[in-house]
Amino acid sequence: MMLSYYLELAIRSLRRNVALTALMVTVVGFGIGASMTVLTTLRAMAVDPIPNKSAQLFVPQIDAWGPPTRPGGGADGSGQLFDQLTYRDATGLMQARKAARQTAMYAVSLDTVSLEGVPLPVDGRAAYADFFQMFEVPFRYGGPWSAADDKGRANVVVLSARLAARLFPHVNPVGRTISLSGQEYRIVGVMDVWNPVPRFYDLTQGPNSGLADADSLFVPFSTAIEREMPDNGSIRCNARVAPGFAGQLASECVWIQFWAQLPTQAAARDYKTFLYNYAAEQRRLGRFHWKPWVELRDVHQWMALEISVPETLRVSSVVAFGFLAVCLINAAGLMLARFSGRAGELGVRRALGASRWDIGWQCVVETAVVGLPAGVVGLALTFAGLASQRALHMVAGSAAAVARVTSLGDGMIAITLVLAVCATVCSALYPIWRASRLLPAWQLKAQ
Amino acid sequence: MAAAFMEILPILKALRRNKVGAMLIGLQIAFTLAIVCNCLSMIQQYRDDAGRPSGIDEADIFTFSNQWVGKPPDLPARTNADLALIRSVPGVVDAQVTNSFPLRGGGMGWGLSVKPEQRIPTSPTTIYFVDDHGLATYGLKLAAGRWFTASEIGEHGMHDMTFPASVIVSDYLARKLYPSRNALGQVVYWAPTAASRIVGIVERAQTPWAAYGHTEDEQSTFMPYHFVNSGVYYVVRARPGQLNAVMTAVQTRLYALSRQRVIDQVQSFAETRNLAYFRPRSTAVLLGGLCLLLLAITLFGTIGLTMYWVGQRRRQIGMRRALGARRLDVLRYFHTENLLIAGSGALLGIALGLGANLWLVSHLELPRMSIAFVLAAAAVVLAVSQVAVFWPALRAASVSPAAAISAL
Repeated sequence: MMLSYYLELAIRSLRRNVALTALMVTVVGFGIGASMTVLTTLRAMAVDPIPNKSAQLFVPQIDAWGPPTRPGGGADGSGQLFDQLTYRDATGLMQARKAARQTAMYAVSLDTVSLEGVPLPVDGRAAYADFFQMFEVPFRYGGPWSAADDKGRANVVVLSARLAARLFPHVNPVGRTISLSGQEYRIVGVMDVWNPVPRFYDLTQGPNSGLADADSLFVPFSTAIEREMPDNGSIRCNARVAPGFAGQLASECVWIQFWAQLPTQAAARDYKTFLYNYAAEQRRLGRFHWKPWVELRDVHQWMALEISVPETLRVSSVVAFGFLAVCLINAAGLMLARFSGRAGELGVRRALGASRWDIGWQCVVETAVVGLPAGVVGLALTFAGLASQRALHMVAGSAAAVARVTSLGDGMIAITLVLAVCATVCSALYPIWRASRLLPAWQLKAQ
Repeated sequence: MAAAFMEILPILKALRRNKVGAMLIGLQIAFTLAIVCNCLSMIQQYRDDAGRPSGIDEADIFTFSNQWVGKPPDLPARTNADLALIRSVPGVVDAQVTNSFPLRGGGMGWGLSVKPEQRIPTSPTTIYFVDDHGLATYGLKLAAGRWFTASEIGEHGMHDMTFPASVIVSDYLARKLYPSRNALGQVVYWAPTAASRIVGIVERAQTPWAAYGHTEDEQSTFMPYHFVNSGVYYVVRARPGQLNAVMTAVQTRLYALSRQRVIDQVQSFAETRNLAYFRPRSTAVLLGGLCLLLLAITLFGTIGLTMYWVGQRRRQIGMRRALGARRLDVLRYFHTENLLIAGSGALLGIALGLGANLWLVSHLELPRMSIAFVLAAAAVVLAVSQVAVFWPALRAASVSPAAAISAL
């Protein structure tokens, strides 16, 4: 009852001074728009790409180079571990099969022929059959290849929805063959649209790899090695390597990514022990000449390690929140002006028996009424800001996946509106307090 | 001077009655200044970064990737045929096959040492494969020594780990390797058993990742190799003014020679540069836009608050006018008052801005801000605030002396 009366009063008083109201709405709106744009983008960097499994999927790291050549390492034995493994270690872990599921993988680049008869380069990934279940890849047609295909180095392939639509429009291509770099492969499955953001299963390809598209096709790891498909990702070596693909396989170069699925904490502990023992074994065999160093990180830890928030984004977030602060200070000043201007009216209400609390509540309602349209303005500006961000990413060459990252969910819409109202009311706390402290008698006299 | 001082005292007294309002304007000025000066500094930083020359003839160069399809066995022969063809296209000065080029983004990196058994390399470097046409193609400037001769050129596959007898390095890398003597003729080590002699030094050659930061932007080494790989880059230099025509002609001729390839990423070097600095540039534009918006908000906020202020003090203004103050005096009163508030805000803002810069320097590895930006931002903010107060002050000046009594 009282609330509707306050609302009526608020709207009446806001309409009396349209210019001031519009100014307040715009100012708060801009502040909200700038900070929400940055907040949404920042949040996208930390979103969990696979919520029900992020505590079960782990990346093992093994120190295969030792103190002298370890990245960032000095003579004191400091430094970091690589985010990739050598081929030897990756196959060693695959053969041990100590995890519930595991896959070694690396990026490959193949070529096929488009429907127009033009050569078409495609980015793919060599992985084990476990990959699809570990990362919960949805399938439209068919399914993953079998463990026997892995063992038998079968010429089988799984296509992404996009590539399948491009090469085999409107049909189910499972069972057909596709020519890839001069070799025929049998299509066993077509994935449904699957574009995890960030592309957490391979974050090793530089600062923007989290925003890359999922791969266009998948082939068995063993087949890729047999066909000597060159690595299309990053590779690091610390010594001369014997020539050819065989030389790369035998080398201490790191270029293979590895994931293990460990359903329980106990399993993860056991796996880490296994990794340590593996490294100790390599030392005994004379390959490593240093104390074993291994790590095992789950999806969250891995993302924290691999995805550094771009410096430009961190700078913009600092600036955007400074901007919001200025907007709120500005709004506070304008509120102060508005309430002091209405001292007479408020004085009359006090004299007629309204308590300080009543006056206070009335002012809170009035500011909230300003805050809501400010939130709408802020929301519009946030949409515009995110749209321009998407446009920027497109130009910068990263993928459609970014669209999902920088879109505003229902949750964020609610958060924006609530933030706008709260920020406006907070900025007006002092003006409200002052308005409620007015002495009625003095105000009446001044009339 | 004395008159101005006499004016300030009553202003200060009047301000004491509106402490919070004045404080809010001052705070706003302070924050605005702190943000604007840091943004200006970051924008200037971007301009400095993006303005560094790559060392090559940027105006006339274009590049493209060439991907052979279906694993042809005779790659070296095909590459030679391609190069001969491109070099024969009218309007082409010269052409190169390579693994990477300045500002491309990705490329090869290696740690280079001056002693055979060195645990930590002396300097990182990028590796560019070039042949005897490299100097003419890139338009590099030889500072000392010589360029490669045709007889020196070897072949190098993607994962070959061979090293040539002679290399050419950028001047920056030469000084990093041998700070105290002439690097020309000296030996450098890629591995304990792999050494090369420096036979030439070029004035400047940026790395593929020069746009990403300042740490590895000019450490470049040229090796006398033809890059033998299914995917390579061609670098072509056209005669001045003929770039566009040559870009189309080269593609058509190459496809006519063999259709068993994919030509992609055909870019003039201007586009390469544009793309390399895309992110920092968009951030600079964003920061600039935010600054303008911020100044606009400060402007309108100050107008709004002063306007209200004037309304509050109509009686006081009328009284002053009745006591003989001219319109100009009233105008000056409000401008002086604003200068006092904004000036104190600006002082606070300078401190805030410098503090924020220190934080940015330590947390985000940004460079220190020059004091010029602080002063420039202070001047801009004070000017905006003076402009903002002009209109309300004009309204105040138009208050008639009669207002002194009519409001009673």
